[in-house]
Amino acid sequence: MKEVICTCCPQGCHLQVDEANDYKVTGNGCPNGIAYGKEELTHPTRIITSTVRAEGGIHSRCPVKTSQPVPKGQMAQVVAALDSVVLHTPIHVGDVVIRNVCGTGADIVTCRNMD
Amino acid sequence: MYDVAIIGCGVIGAAAAYALSRYDNKVVILEAENDVADCTTKANSAILHAGYDPAPGTRMAKLNVRGVELAKEICAKLDVSYKQCGSLVLALDEKELPHLQHLFENGTANGVPGMKILSREETLAMEPGLSDKVCGALWAPSAAIVNPWEYALAMTEVAVRNGVELRRNCKVTDAEFIEGGYRLTVPGGTVETRCVINAAGIWADKVHSMVEPANFRIIPTRGEYYLLDKSEGTRVSHVIFQCPNELGKGVLVTPTVHGNLLVGPNAEPVEGNDVSCTSSGLEFVKATAQRSVPGINFGESIRSFAGVRANLDVDDFIIGEEPEAPGWIDLAGMKSPGLSAAPAVAEEAIAILKDRGILGAEKPDYKDGRRHIRFKELSAEEKAALVKEQPAYGRVICRCETITEGEILAALHSEVPANTIDGVKRRAGAGMGRCQGGFCGPRVLELISRELGMSPLDILQDKNGSNVLVSETKVGGKNNG
Amino acid sequence: MVDLVIIGGGPAGLAAACKAWESGLRDILILERDKELGGILNQCIHNGFGLHRFGEQLTGPEYAGRFIDMLKNTGVKVQLDTMVLEVTPDKKVHCVSKEYGYQIIEAKSIVLGMGCRERTRGAIGTPGTRPAGVYTAGAAQRYVNMEGYMVGKRVLILGSGDIGLIMARRMTLEGAKVLACVEVMPYSGGLTRNIVQCLNDFDIPLYLSHTIVDIQGKDRVEKAIVAEIGPDRKPIPGTEMEFDVDTILLSVGLIPENELTKQAGIEMDPRTKGAVVYENMETSIPGVFACGNVVQVHDLVDFVSGESELAGVAAANYVQKGPVAPGRVLNVKPGADLGYTLPQRIRLEGVEKSTNVSFRVRRICGKSTILVKSGDTVIARFKRDRLAPGEMEHIALPRVLLDRAPVDEVTIEIEEA
Repeated sequence: MKEVICTCCPQGCHLQVDEANDYKVTGNGCPNGIAYGKEELTHPTRIITSTVRAEGGIHSRCPVKTSQPVPKGQMAQVVAALDSVVLHTPIHVGDVVIRNVCGTGADIVTCRNMD
Repeated sequence: MYDVAIIGCGVIGAAAAYALSRYDNKVVILEAENDVADCTTKANSAILHAGYDPAPGTRMAKLNVRGVELAKEICAKLDVSYKQCGSLVLALDEKELPHLQHLFENGTANGVPGMKILSREETLAMEPGLSDKVCGALWAPSAAIVNPWEYALAMTEVAVRNGVELRRNCKVTDAEFIEGGYRLTVPGGTVETRCVINAAGIWADKVHSMVEPANFRIIPTRGEYYLLDKSEGTRVSHVIFQCPNELGKGVLVTPTVHGNLLVGPNAEPVEGNDVSCTSSGLEFVKATAQRSVPGINFGESIRSFAGVRANLDVDDFIIGEEPEAPGWIDLAGMKSPGLSAAPAVAEEAIAILKDRGILGAEKPDYKDGRRHIRFKELSAEEKAALVKEQPAYGRVICRCETITEGEILAALHSEVPANTIDGVKRRAGAGMGRCQGGFCGPRVLELISRELGMSPLDILQDKNGSNVLVSETKVGGKNNG
Repeated sequence: MVDLVIIGGGPAGLAAACKAWESGLRDILILERDKELGGILNQCIHNGFGLHRFGEQLTGPEYAGRFIDMLKNTGVKVQLDTMVLEVTPDKKVHCVSKEYGYQIIEAKSIVLGMGCRERTRGAIGTPGTRPAGVYTAGAAQRYVNMEGYMVGKRVLILGSGDIGLIMARRMTLEGAKVLACVEVMPYSGGLTRNIVQCLNDFDIPLYLSHTIVDIQGKDRVEKAIVAEIGPDRKPIPGTEMEFDVDTILLSVGLIPENELTKQAGIEMDPRTKGAVVYENMETSIPGVFACGNVVQVHDLVDFVSGESELAGVAAANYVQKGPVAPGRVLNVKPGADLGYTLPQRIRLEGVEKSTNVSFRVRRICGKSTILVKSGDTVIARFKRDRLAPGEMEHIALPRVLLDRAPVDEVTIEIEEA
């Protein structure tokens, strides 16, 4: 039995997830928790936000994010992939910086315009 | 060979340099830290005492009174923030009234002008925020508040402008006799000089003993303070002292020249420059201050800090030539009223140098005076004109204190330039306000980097080793693209 | 004379500007002190913004970008790198910039959107030395996210509010070691999602009912001493823990930035530390409105936008139609379990269908009923499963109910089940 705090809404229900029993969830305040509890133990994912170097613009870093959640276990790998990226202005929000980063299926996209 | 080497550029060393700079002599200041006024001078009560405390007949008494007279002129000439707000020593109990009388008599003997013993009613009329336990007070109109580090900086700037050499990061580690003077060991070499002025603050005895065993002992004594927001700045309008009692010396409550309220200090012997604050020390300061001004809202504190002063095992300044070391002049043990006495102490040093025949002629081209632009104090018309003429004054960097880029640039390029964040703070005032540099810090850092061509990673908060930033993010991309 | 001057081009100012334009006002000027619009959102590169507003989880810059794009489609004028120095009671705005010099701009209406600042170490009086390496979390966030510098390698975070939690994750992802998050209250002030994704994900321990009792280090932070605190909020001797860190990030509270507001003589509420406002965000000076963090510290920018749009419409109405008609005014007061309520005053003539009231509770409450009382009469009830100080609450009070208030005072209370 594992305890997982649901993050679907601010209620933050403390879920009890039984891995031995097909990830049956108890303690959820609403149906969303059922899927969340199982996901969090089988395929936990996260959206990653970070920055990359930028040249020619108002700031020397540009904020970026993964276009969809990526496996939690690959967080460090994805962040490392950003380390040597350098963007040049003009930058447009949503520009793809890295396609299919670390084979996760998610892209790294920019989060702002920068002239 | 220099004529005079001044060890230490706190307010005493600065005053000595300022006084000496008038004469045609080769003078160097050796400051151990990376900036001037970075020790006791920047962390004290900032008060120019009227002069009724020191015992009559002591050198301390004479120099206190003379010092504050000179301070008033110097602050006016050098555009140093100064306010003659006067002081009140409170009797919070009938038993303390004789002490006020004693101070009054002291003051009279010392030549303190304008004092008066006030009744309870007169005291409360002057300061409605005082405790209702007040029985009376000693009023001394000649007492003043000052910006102590600005005072030291201003005097140093004028000295440098007039030919005095200033070396920072220049700690003296040894001293030996040589033909006609002294050889001082400093980083990277030596300095040879006919005379030495030892203004080394809490290390004055250690510095002295480099040349000869010192016959005085400095007892570094720490005092902790609260600095409160400007919303508390009018809690009182004068410097409020207490009578010493069995618990020790009282704690003072005073407005500052910046419009804040300053409360403190306690007194605790420490090792070296131990400027940490303690919860018991701050508790003591708070509780004791509330005896005189019960309504202080400590929730409005913006900073607590501590300063270490050079107390002595004797009750007077140490001013004079070391008998076994002719030309070695100590200006030591400058605890309160050291700040008050500074220019008068410098006069004593000049007198000794004159007697020794060291003092040169007065410089005919001596350039006294200093003007310091404070944007926020200008009228709307003056601000408009200034910004038109120098657009850098149009960019406000420190929101809390309304300090502009122009003032910060002036600090970075002055005769005694800032090269740290706190150095900018002490000269321009950015970071002194209620957000304590949270907003302007990155912007000041950027200006230092740009103007002085320094990497942001090398920029210091204050002393060496206080780097603000440790590395860049995304280092992999550094040499890419 | 300008129709509307907006002080601050962050989320509050942007939303107010767009809505004022949409309401027909034309001569609108935003004065922004930074070199770009967006305010604090520019450095909030994490996501979680816009769930209510756009139904999406955006990062701060993306959220700001939506409004900046909307603004581009209007004729609202913007002056960047401009600092407002003073707002006079007769609505003259004094400001200064390199480009435009010193200006005195007369405005028919003003929206105050200056946001807030962070509480500092000095304000909480942490003992110890004062070395480099102690930052407010927001200042560190700026360095890391916008300038691209790490402020330290081994970090302790004081305060479990969202900014502290977010920086715990940020610093970790950039290669620092965050040793712990220390919180003085017995519960965290941040969103549960952030506890999970910023602390638990990285095995960063959270110490509740603890605080830093000493900071050591000569020129740079070397150690932080943390102790448990008792019910009297004083450290318990013997519980001290030593952390070997070079950096301390403080996330100990936000304070609305109201120097201009106070200088103008506007009436302030000591509970919110912001201006007292009416139902349309108008302050005690007719034609001067306040919105966003400057009027109450928000958790979600979505509600900043909503509140600021209200102010924008109100400013437009003020200029185009005139002040709100005189009539009955209800004072809104927080009950014992509430920290504050906003607005503090409701002019019934200013309420069309209903008016929103925001508030925060002082302690965590389970299943509860929010009671809206006037005198002894309960005029409205709202049920909630959970209330927490870290989550601003909103209720909508219909005009018809307010009309029936027996006395000119409305109190919001909590009744726990």
